[in-house]
Parts: sequence; C-alpha cells; structure tokens
Amino acid sequence: MKNSSPFLRGRQTAEEILEPRPMAKLRRRVFKNHSFLIGAVILISIILIALLAPLFSPHDPYDQDLARRLMNPFWHDKKTNDLYLLGTDKVGRDYLSRLIYGAQISLLIGFLTILISGTIGTALGVVAGYFGGRVDMVVNFIINTRLAMPVFLVAMAAVVAFGASLHVVIMVLGLFLWDRFAVVMRSITMQARDLDYVKAARAIGCSTPYIIIREIFPNVLSSLTVVATVEMANAILLEAALSFLGFGVQAPTPSWGLMLNEGREYMFFSPWLLALPGTGLFLLVLAINLFGDGLRDVTLERER
Amino acid sequence: MLAYTLKRIVVAFLILLVVSGLTFSLSHLSADPALTIAGEQASDEDIEAVRKLYGFDRPVIEQYVNWLSRALQGDFGKSYHYKAPVVEMISGRIGTTMTLGFLAIVFALVISIPLGTLAAMRPNSIIDRFALLIAVFGQALPTFWFALMMIILFGVWFRWLPISGNTTWAHFVMPTIALGYYATPALMRLTRAGMIEVLSSDYIRTAKAKGLSPVSVLFKHALRNAIIPVVALAAVWFGFMLGGSIVIETIFNLKGIGWLSYDALLRSDLPVVQAIVLIFASFYVILTLLSDLLNAYLDPRISVR
Amino acid sequence: MSEKKDVVLEVDNLRIDIPVSAGLLHPVRGISFDVSRGETLCIVGESGCGKSLTSLAIMGLLPKNADRQADRLNFLGKDIRDFDERQMAKLRGVKMGMIFQEPMTSLNPSYTIGNQLEEVYLRHMSSNRLEARERAIFLLDKVGISSAGSRLGQYPHQLSGGLRQRVMIAMALMCGPDLIIADEPTTALDVTIQAQILHLLAELQSDFDMAMVLITHDLGIVARVADKVQVMYAGRTVEEGNCEAVFDKPLHPYTSGLLRCIPVPGKTQPGEKLGTVPGVVPNLVGDLNGCMFRNRCEFATDECKELAETPTVLENGHAYTCRLKPDEMEPSTGGRL
Repeated sequence: MKNSSPFLRGRQTAEEILEPRPMAKLRRRVFKNHSFLIGAVILISIILIALLAPLFSPHDPYDQDLARRLMNPFWHDKKTNDLYLLGTDKVGRDYLSRLIYGAQISLLIGFLTILISGTIGTALGVVAGYFGGRVDMVVNFIINTRLAMPVFLVAMAAVVAFGASLHVVIMVLGLFLWDRFAVVMRSITMQARDLDYVKAARAIGCSTPYIIIREIFPNVLSSLTVVATVEMANAILLEAALSFLGFGVQAPTPSWGLMLNEGREYMFFSPWLLALPGTGLFLLVLAINLFGDGLRDVTLERER
Repeated sequence: MLAYTLKRIVVAFLILLVVSGLTFSLSHLSADPALTIAGEQASDEDIEAVRKLYGFDRPVIEQYVNWLSRALQGDFGKSYHYKAPVVEMISGRIGTTMTLGFLAIVFALVISIPLGTLAAMRPNSIIDRFALLIAVFGQALPTFWFALMMIILFGVWFRWLPISGNTTWAHFVMPTIALGYYATPALMRLTRAGMIEVLSSDYIRTAKAKGLSPVSVLFKHALRNAIIPVVALAAVWFGFMLGGSIVIETIFNLKGIGWLSYDALLRSDLPVVQAIVLIFASFYVILTLLSDLLNAYLDPRISVR
Repeated sequence: MSEKKDVVLEVDNLRIDIPVSAGLLHPVRGISFDVSRGETLCIVGESGCGKSLTSLAIMGLLPKNADRQADRLNFLGKDIRDFDERQMAKLRGVKMGMIFQEPMTSLNPSYTIGNQLEEVYLRHMSSNRLEARERAIFLLDKVGISSAGSRLGQYPHQLSGGLRQRVMIAMALMCGPDLIIADEPTTALDVTIQAQILHLLAELQSDFDMAMVLITHDLGIVARVADKVQVMYAGRTVEEGNCEAVFDKPLHPYTSGLLRCIPVPGKTQPGEKLGTVPGVVPNLVGDLNGCMFRNRCEFATDECKELAETPTVLENGHAYTCRLKPDEMEPSTGGRL
C-alpha cells in the first residue's frame, strides 16, 4: 500500500547515488587506468612509426657500405656522424632505419599470427563450448596435445623442415599459439550457452551457427581482444628468439631478433648493437601487455 | 581417486602418442635424411644405399611404428652426425638441463611467493606497486635479450660471473636468473590474486575470531590454500622452462639437452630432435599429471568430485 | 538494573566510519548496550543496518579501513578500546567466541575439523594435543554430534551445513568463553535445522553461563531466546528493552512494522495480508540529520527532518527514539504477541 508514498518515488537507491552512469563510468575508468593509457599511447606510436617507416627512416635499411661499418651512435664521443644517429651495423647499414623497419616486421608477425591462431582457437573453443559432451572431450584432447608440444623446439624443427622465411615463421606460430584462444572461448561459450537470451534464441528455433555468430560472438569480443594481446606479445617474442638463433626470418630482413643475432659477435665492443633492438622489443611487448591488461580491467569493470 | 588417476594416465599416454606421431611426420617432411647422412659430396648410389640401410624407402607409417617400438624399449637410434646412440648423448646432458630448470623454478618461486603474498596483504601499497612493476617488466623482457644484457653487465663490465660453460655453480647463476625471471610474473600474479581471495574469505575471519596468531592465520590458514594453484602452475612452468632452456643454454654454452637440440637442428640430426621433443613432451605431461594429483591431495575437495 | 548482575560487555555510543569514494560512510552511529552473564541480547534489524559491523567491532575484526570509536567499550571490566591486535588475539577464542552466518565457508577446507577445533585450545590453553582432543570430543558431543571421535578426522566438505554450524559452535566454546557473539547463526540453514541450532545455542548458553549477543533479522528467533532486544535501524538503536515489553507494546513505528511482518499462530487469519515495511534502508554517506526512518514511516511529518535522535526512556527500561508519545501509534499495530 505504502509503495506509492511520495518519499519513495523520487528517491534514488544507495547504489544509484554511489555509482554514476555507465558511459561516464567507462570513460572515467579508461582515463583513470594508467596502464591502458600508457600502453595505448606507446602502441599507437609504434604502429604509426611502422606504417610511416619510409617517412621516418633517414636511410634505406638495406643500403650497405662497408666503408661506414660499425659507426657509433650519437652518445659516443668518437667516430660520431650526424647522418647516422644510432650508428651503423657490421655491413654499414643505418641502424635507426633498420630499427624502424624492424617494428614493421614485429607488428606484421604479431598481427598475422593472431589472425591465424585466433581463427583456429576461436573455432575450436566455440565448437567445444557450444556442443559439449564428446565434441568437447575431443577438443580438450587436442588442446592438451598442443600444450604438450614444446613450442619453441617444434617451431625450430618446422622451420628446418619448410625452410626459414617470414611466411613459414608466421604460419608455424599461427598454428601453435591458438591454445589460449581455445581455452578462453570454450569456457565463455559454455557460460554464454546457458544465458537466458541464448536459450530464448534456441527456443524460437534459431539455427546453431546463427546463434553462435549472432548471440554468442558479440558477447565474448572483449575477452577475445584481451587474449589476442597476450598471444600477439607472445608471437613477437617467439619470432625474435627464433630469428636470434637463426631459425626465423633470414637476412637481410631487418627483424629485431635477427639484428640481435648479427650484433652478438660485437657485443663486447659495441653493446648498443644489442641494447637497441632489445629495447625496441621490450617497449613493443610492454605496450601490448599494458594495453591488454588495461583493456581487461576496463571491460571487466564494466561488465560487473 | 584411483579411477581419476588411471583415467588421467591413459589420456597422458594418448597425448604422447599423438605428439610423437606429429613430430615424426614433421621431421620426415624435411629434407631427405639420406642426403644428410651421406653428406654433401655423396654420389646418387651412395644416397640410395643409405636410404635402403636406414629404411627410408619404406612407407612413413612403417618407419614410425618401427621407431616407436624401439623408442618404447629405450632405443632412440643413432645420431646421424655423431654416429653415437641418441640415448647416451641425451643421458649425458640431461642432468645439466634438469639442474638449470630446477634452479630456475626455485628462483622464480622464491621471488614470487613472498612478493605476491606481501602485495596481497597490502594492496596498493608501495610493495604492491613494486611487485606489479616487476611483473609487468618481466612479462615484456625477452628472455634471451635479458641474458645477453646480463652477460655484458656482469660478465664483461664487472667480471663477476663466468659467461660460458657449466663447470661450476657460478656458471649457473646468470642462466638461472634469466630463465627463472621469465616465470616470475605469472607465478607472482597468481599468488597475489589467490592470497587476496583467501584473505577475504570467511574461514580467515574465523581463524582471526579464534584469536590465532597472525603468523598462524597467514601461514597455516591462508598460504596453504592460496598456494595450491601456484604449485600447479609452477609444475607447468617447469615444463615450459625446459623449452626455454634451448635459447638460454645456447647463449651461455651450457651443454644440456637444450643446447643439444639446437646443435642437432643445425645439422638436421633427426633422431636426436625427435627424442628430445618426446622427452620435453613427456615431462610436460607427467608434470601436469603430478600437479593435478598433488592438487587433489592438497585440496581434499577435488578428489571427491 | 545491572547492579546485582555480572556485566560482561558494556558498549556505550559505538560509532563506525568507513571512507568510501562518495564520502564518509556511517554504518554504525552511536550504539549502546550491555550484556551480563547468563543473559541473551538480541540485536535485530534488516540487512545493512550495521548489526554485523557492531559485532565485528566488538571482536576487533573490522576491515582495516574502518574507524571504530566509542565512549566506552568494556569487556570483563577492562577497557578494550585501545587494545592492539596482539591483545585482542588473546581475548578472541578464549574470552569471547564468535559464530558466523555462513557455516559452508567459515571452516578452512584444507584441514580436518579436529585440527581446527584443537588449534584454538592449543593456542590459548597451555595444554597438549591429547587434552585438546578430549575437549574437542567433549564439545562435539555437547553440540549434538554423534560419534564425535571419528568426526574429528573429517574435512568440512564431508559435513552438512547444520553439522558444520554445530562444529562452529563447538569451536567457539572450546576455551569456555564469557561472551559468545552469534551473527545470524541460522540464516543459511534449513528451517528445521534452524530450530535445532537455536535451541542448542540457548541450552549451551545457560549450561556454560555465558553472555550471548545474538544478531538476527528474524523476530521469531528473538521471541524465543532473547532476554533483551535492541532494534537497529540505519546504524542507530530505534528501540530497546526487555523482550516482553518490546513485543507487547512496540513504541517505534519500525518495530511495529517488523512485528506486523510475522504471522502469529492463532491470530493471523488464513488469507489475511501480512504487513511489509516498504522502501529500502537509506544511504548512510555524509552528514545525516533527523530520523532516518522518516522516508518509510507512515507517521512522518516535517518535524522528523530536524528531530534530534534522543531516546525516550520509560520506567521499565524500555526506550525508543521517536517523536510519538507511547500511545500515539494506532493501537492495532501493537500487542500482537
């Protein structure tokens, strides 16, 4: 009876007072989340530099000249040259230009790898989670088998088998790094399957693929992006390690891993040959991780 | 519990069977092994003879079954390059790799458990931020580059540590740190998250209401429950570390099986590579199995499912 | 009235403040009561009224960011306001025991109940494991658990909710405390078990001659076990007195509203509508003035917005905080029990 009391109609609940509107909340979260901001800024800068590499790089990254080999970067007092800010490598190529083009290679490998692995992992995970039962058992077995394979060693063996090149490295990493996608998608699909609106879609006779694409997929997009950042960072690090050992991208491609390989013999006298590409790798992976962590925090808070 | 264990063991065997099949077919996709054995200057007749001798002319399935049945008896064949039995080559080196992996996981746990626990006890404090920083940096630091930088710093500039070989314990210091640091972020995050959850649980409140000492609340009631998933993850990471040992052993010239696999791949020495893949896979499978069983033992709720 | 009684716990003007993003939250705003040996005090109120925080404040188990203040907080004659964690730990489990709402999650899943029972005794009494074990068996028997000896080796997940709550009670009694605080001890249990547990608590309380503070939202429980009742609303006491007085003649509209919510055997007719107290507990952030119940009160006037919340005390100790005179509330709302 008393529900129509004038006191009640205009009143906000405690939660409404404490919590502002959802969009404002999300915006505030994004700007309060330092890791997301820092990550996004570094990542976008690196992507821009890579995309506009011809504009930013002062020289052709492949242009060799033994006459100017192993020039020191600007912070060294001797043998400095204004033309080559970060010095030159063992065959006289401009190191700054090679570093800039190296970002292209790393990003290319990162994006293409998650494109392949994301497709494989999502397909397996969604199928397992949606159908459950025997299908799930089989997919689980495939995931466990994949996890049992020592990625780095088998990737090296695959590179030996198919020949070392950019394409092979991307294919091999793409065929390996799908496990997290599959695990995450499987559990999310399982939860989503039991949501009321998915049940409702099934009840009104929607076909299975339609339900998966229309009802489940949008639901899991943010989790998918977070996994994608993790695997992208992973792929970039693995490529660098493969190239460093000589089982990845081949010379003269300016891959950061390969530059570390080439600089290794000069590590005692020109340590910057190692320090610079490693810093590039570190910054790129750091940015991707911060971006991913931040994204998870921001979106998870929103869903809560 | 017994049925659960048996089921897990059967699945583990099946996984290893599939892994070995995949490895075998992968290595037989590569360049003609007969060519590798006979050498660059061999004539066509020589190569043909080698092919017959090693059975490379048979169907791949038959070769695989032969290889597997011998492998199950502990015979992984002979190295194409060194002509020595693969088992001997591996058994002489596996100790180095195990030592490295073990030291690295201990290093990772010694760093991550106390730091994760302290961070969980005081969220958003200085120590929590410090732990987060270590985790974020650790995740982004390429292991092999970290190793190279350590060599330049501690091996060349300060000359504190030897940079190559495995004759003394000092040789293991840098490889252990390089490999162990890689696992620290994941283990520390899990410790922190687990501790935060456990510390806010009802049974910790009960323990406090019983007037137990803070030490007892933390170590007896909180840590044991929070540590269960960390132990499981550490076991899995130990498996990953064996894979990571390839790069680290190559850089520090530690002649374990990681280094051996690098060497064998350079020479397309397939029997060695196949054996090492299978060993790494077995390790992973056994470790996950053990960590699951350990979990079941430590957490009595699991075994009753 | 407390001159000849053995007062165990005295609380005077207890306040709790918690900083939150929107300002300072005042979940408890001046609560006073005392409990004597052999006496049961029931603190009643709906969720969010601060009753659980009050119990945690006495135990010294408030969250770290919460600020506790009181004019007096005496336990066994000692002022415990400035006790540090170490001193409090020496009281908890020995002199004061606590039983929580959630028996399913309040026991550590990794240890046997024997281990968890014995550790209290070993911690506080200078004794050996054998004595602790004997005490545990004695108490498990006492709380009505059959074959106590073999139960000691079981893990919490092997026991039902009712059994776990019995274990929790035994655990609180291990060292023979002077005060026992039970925070909604039966809420999470089946109705049939609730009655058993309640009966057990009342029995043990007189057996061990303890003071008991029972926190609940269920007036049915209060009627059965309480000596004294304290009704809390929005962090304050709105009415207090001995059980019969409050149930006979509730003087605060909130209490009478609560009483209207419970059916009375023989009086409530089939099909008759039970009462409700409409609305929700108000937000307790920032400066608060006037009667906090006014938004939900059918007798509210503008006067209530500025009203100082001073209790009116009647001669039998029955006190309430409302501008209404004792007879101004409609007679039909009271006298139901």
